[in-house]
Amino acid sequence: MNAATIPIQRPTQAKLLVIESKGGIRHALRKDFIDFLRPGDLVVANDAATLPASLMGRHQKSGADVEVRLAGRASLSPKDINRFTAIVFGKGDYHTRTEDRPLPPVLTDGDILELGPLCVTAEQHLFNHPRLVSLRFHDEPDMVWSVIARHGKPVQYAHIQTPLALWDVWTKLAGVPVAFEPPSAGFALDWRTLTAMRERGIEFATITHAAGISSTGDAELDKLLPFDEPYHIPQATSLVINRTLARGGRIIAIGTTVVRALEDNATKNSHVLSGDFMATNRIGAKTQLQVVSAILSGTHASYTSHYELLRAFAQDKTLERADKELESHGYLTHEFGDSVFIEREGEIQKTLKLF
Amino acid sequence: MQYGNELAINTGKNMNDNSKPVFNSYKRFDGLRVAITGGTSGLGLALLREFLRGGASVAFVARNDERVKQITLEHPGSHGIIGDVSKKEDIYPIAIQITGELGGLDVLINNASSLGPVPLALLSDTECEDLERAFQTNLFGAFRLTKALMGSLAASAREGRGAVVLNISSDAAINAYPGWGAYGASKAALRHLSLIWDEEHRVDGVRFLSIDPGDMDTPLHAIAIPDADPTTLKRPETSALELVEAISSALSHSQTKLLSKTKFVVEAREAVNK
Repeated sequence: MNAATIPIQRPTQAKLLVIESKGGIRHALRKDFIDFLRPGDLVVANDAATLPASLMGRHQKSGADVEVRLAGRASLSPKDINRFTAIVFGKGDYHTRTEDRPLPPVLTDGDILELGPLCVTAEQHLFNHPRLVSLRFHDEPDMVWSVIARHGKPVQYAHIQTPLALWDVWTKLAGVPVAFEPPSAGFALDWRTLTAMRERGIEFATITHAAGISSTGDAELDKLLPFDEPYHIPQATSLVINRTLARGGRIIAIGTTVVRALEDNATKNSHVLSGDFMATNRIGAKTQLQVVSAILSGTHASYTSHYELLRAFAQDKTLERADKELESHGYLTHEFGDSVFIEREGEIQKTLKLF
Repeated sequence: MQYGNELAINTGKNMNDNSKPVFNSYKRFDGLRVAITGGTSGLGLALLREFLRGGASVAFVARNDERVKQITLEHPGSHGIIGDVSKKEDIYPIAIQITGELGGLDVLINNASSLGPVPLALLSDTECEDLERAFQTNLFGAFRLTKALMGSLAASAREGRGAVVLNISSDAAINAYPGWGAYGASKAALRHLSLIWDEEHRVDGVRFLSIDPGDMDTPLHAIAIPDADPTTLKRPETSALELVEAISSALSHSQTKLLSKTKFVVEAREAVNK
């Protein structure tokens, strides 16, 4: 598949490949997405806004230019913003594919990186990888927020020629800025769509999930993805999810992050609980889905963690047929590309204690 | 009211912890997250103080670096944000700081205003650039910031917290005062924007208010009418009190249907705990 190169969230001709629960495959337009929903379905989206997670800076000791991409955080708390997992690149910028970006200078514990007006400390390498560090900010939370907000840029992609601005990557639902890359399946939703869903008796709820980085350009690092990701489930959302499940309705996830959060929650609790949690799970072919019946997602190349997640919904031979359709019909991939809607094959596991 | 002790009134229980009783000493706006543009003087500053007094978390946005720092220092618990709402490039950095620092948003007050030409001018004497400046601040700034924060506001509404946008209006938005062309036309547009937005988002639980706070003794008024007698003008603190009541009432209104839902939440939790 070719990458979508123009940052338009809802091109009128965006395609949708529908994979039905019995394995049938249909081509549609994504703007007609809700025609595949039923009254009584509950659509759940991730309302995280995207941080300008890419910060250009300088390695103080060597004077070398670096690009820091913030990639993970321990919680969603507004004040818990002094420590990040981060990926550090050497000289250059997004015009070079991440695969070809030089390594940063050798970082040792305690090295200072100058990011805008702030000095941050690279405290430790994670997984012994030269690009992956734990970064500590030393300033007050409001100062850290202001520097990220004013100095950072959204993570850029080599396949998109023009630099992305935040308004390109914020979904219409974007709320608190906690995602490191956009929860791009949510590009499909706008207020008009939400209104149309309501008119058809389709319910809507949100979670907030700190979507991490989707790929690093480094095969070793990519194997570690997805990192642990904090998420928040509002009380109103847990309530409507449990109510929908109890009456046999379908939960429709907008994007992989929603699947990860809800399934992580359900495996740890007897039902979907509200509150703040950390997603530590990996979803793949062997996962027994307990909550989500169908997913709207981007089109993903095999061997990525996103593709792995889709294997929980459909058998490999169905996904292989779908891949051929995506290729032969010229579907576009990546953030601004076309979409798939996959209904889970068979029933979801009825193991939750619902009321 | 959702904030402070509302759940005590309805259920005698705190939603977050069933075992903990809720005390009546809670301030009325405990937990409320408010953002005000133009918060370093006049009405904006009076609103900042009033919401802080009520226990809310308040972020305010203004252009002057030094003023923002000074007001932040003088008002512990406030979050000062340096930015210019008339500049497109400033909007997202402002929105990130508001929602990042407050952890969400329940109330947005678009208060920052530009008079256009100073001294005030007849329309035919008004430079296009001055007219544009009035619209950039009073209309486009408010539009852009509200749009960037709509996701957070709607999330608050879905969670049963209520969500309100207050756009500060003026009698010049309705009456045709000679000399007030740029300001009046931009405020008229903002007023109509508020009315339409309210129609469109009422169903999502996000309410829009457009209120004329009256002629106040503020720096903006002094620039517009330098020889006005301050004793004939309203104190901004008085207007702020009235606006806070209007917001409070709109918040409870947008929560009305959600309060019955809250009851259901507690009943459902009790069912789970059995």
